[in-house]
Amino acid sequence: MSIELRNISKRFGDVAAVQNVSFKVAEGELVALLGPSGGGKTTVLRMIAGLEQPTEGDILIRGQRVNDVSVQKRNIGFVFQGYALFKTMSVADNIAFGLKIKKWPQAEINDRVAELLKLFGLDGLGKRFPHQLSGGQRQRVAIARSLAPKPSVLLLDEPFGAVDAKIRQELRDWLVHLHDELSVTTVFVTHDQEEAMEVSNRIVIFSRGNLEQIGAPQEVYERPSNEFVARFIGVLNVLELRVEHGVARLHELTFPTHGVAEGSNLRIGFRPYAVQISPDLSEYRYRATLKHVYFLGVQLRLELETPSGLTLRTRITKDEFVRLGLAEDKEISFQIREYRVLSRDGFALSPEVSAVHQLPSIAENI
Amino acid sequence: MAGTTQKRWTSGQAKSRRGTEDPWYIRWILIGVAALFAGVFLILPLANVFGQAFAKGWQTAFGSLTDPDTIAATKLTALATLISVPLNTVFGVAAAWLIAKFEFRGKAVLTTLIDLPFSVSPVVTGLVYVLLFGLRGYFGPWLDRHDIQIIFAVPGIVLATIFVTFPFVARELIPLMQAQGSDQEQAALTLGATGWQTFWHVTLPSIKWGLLYGVILCTARAVGEFGAVSVVSGHITGITDTLPLRIEKLDKEYNSVAAFSIAALLAVLALLTLGLKTWLEHRQQRELDLAQTSSDSPDEH
Repeated sequence: MSIELRNISKRFGDVAAVQNVSFKVAEGELVALLGPSGGGKTTVLRMIAGLEQPTEGDILIRGQRVNDVSVQKRNIGFVFQGYALFKTMSVADNIAFGLKIKKWPQAEINDRVAELLKLFGLDGLGKRFPHQLSGGQRQRVAIARSLAPKPSVLLLDEPFGAVDAKIRQELRDWLVHLHDELSVTTVFVTHDQEEAMEVSNRIVIFSRGNLEQIGAPQEVYERPSNEFVARFIGVLNVLELRVEHGVARLHELTFPTHGVAEGSNLRIGFRPYAVQISPDLSEYRYRATLKHVYFLGVQLRLELETPSGLTLRTRITKDEFVRLGLAEDKEISFQIREYRVLSRDGFALSPEVSAVHQLPSIAENI
Repeated sequence: MAGTTQKRWTSGQAKSRRGTEDPWYIRWILIGVAALFAGVFLILPLANVFGQAFAKGWQTAFGSLTDPDTIAATKLTALATLISVPLNTVFGVAAAWLIAKFEFRGKAVLTTLIDLPFSVSPVVTGLVYVLLFGLRGYFGPWLDRHDIQIIFAVPGIVLATIFVTFPFVARELIPLMQAQGSDQEQAALTLGATGWQTFWHVTLPSIKWGLLYGVILCTARAVGEFGAVSVVSGHITGITDTLPLRIEKLDKEYNSVAAFSIAALLAVLALLTLGLKTWLEHRQQRELDLAQTSSDSPDEH
């Protein structure tokens, strides 16, 4: 079922938790609300559920304004951060709770519970109590319970926050499959950008109560609308340049001025993959030492340190690393293939203006 | 978890004396002092109560319990208890719910007020009621005109008992409900439950042992209350005497067998309470442990 937020604001006393946020979630979509803690994303989720009331603005579910509809009547499924399972009830009773409240006939309740236990891989655990389950099992019970009364919208608050890394990966895959199968409109909150990128169709990025950007994972990664988004989604190298003698400069690194006046500042950013490196010291324009190498599996994360002490981050595949004969503390040459102007004179630029700038790949002086 | 680690640690150290362990004679002196103290101040008086009660045989002891005035006192104590305990249970649950699950102005004041009966002397409590409802009190003349008697009558005794036993249930539930948080209740709401259904099916089952514990303590105090009741009762034999007041009166009349027989009855009640309390404490600790094993400690299994 589609969800729409129109100019939603929420204040807790003097604190503005959410400021003038508007966005739409289409029927059947899987959307992530992403942002650092305190960004307002959980508050937005709770307002959709009806657990909080917006101070201003309208919430619409399938085109109907639901501001005055109570949480009980909104027909949503909500999965809490700590799962909030009923501790005095068995797994089966937890799942059956919403159905009993809605006065389903007992036989149908039994069928529905059995069906969900099977679907969620909880066969044979119906009689257990929450404290007898593992973290992953608890999470599945929580989702099964919220889906039992067939809600039109599924809302999850940090669904993978409380389980360890390995199970988290399994649960992510599992949530994607589940969503494919049930195609219920799903909104989940996360502070983990990787999780958001991997699981969702679209990402809504929040920071300090503001909606920063909304878009498909690839879109927000490749075309971040501002510096916050660029830094939050993936790694971004940021340089604060100063225009002197016709070039924008930070130590040995120089860039075009982009029309910035002499003596003013220019801020640029670039992704790790935009940094090209070579063991051949004459191949690229700048020199650096390979300070740290972090193994992430197929990919390696490298930290370069220039002679003037600047630290830049880049990524390289393991095969490439071996082929180039690289090692920690080795001298290399590098260049920055492309970058984006983030701000001029302290003013942030709109995405159109801060288009990606390519640098010539030969080692020449600007 | 903590238990097993500690156990393992102790058994590993069993042969050599631990650095924090005192020499044997200090241990035995401390144990001896504690045992002597408990013996002189707790066990001896308790044994004496039963000894005195049965000094003239079983018949006399039980006979003195069936004395009409004593039966009247038993009934009054039962009445005061049966009114004050349910009222304070309802109030205690409501207050604990309010304090544990909501943020509001004046929360600290309410929390302090709940503790007030613990800090005020029962005799002062009694005097306050006399000052309010007695013939010369603020509401006395009005009550007198409408022919309502509170002081030196049953209503006064019930009021005094309610006041004195006011904090027990609430005090027991507040920390438990605070530890449990309100996530489960919110989950019930999202599943369509009304506030009442949520309370009945989710909140109450998760606090039941703590609640029962509070009710037991509340009952014990209601049955045994002397000070406040003594001030407002007026000691009218057969009408406004509760069991503790009856004991005092019989004792003053040198009827020690009768006095001690009732005392023995109260002592049996106290011992039962103590047993129940110990068992409930165990159950309640489990409840609290469950509240604290939140889902963020996934894999103990």
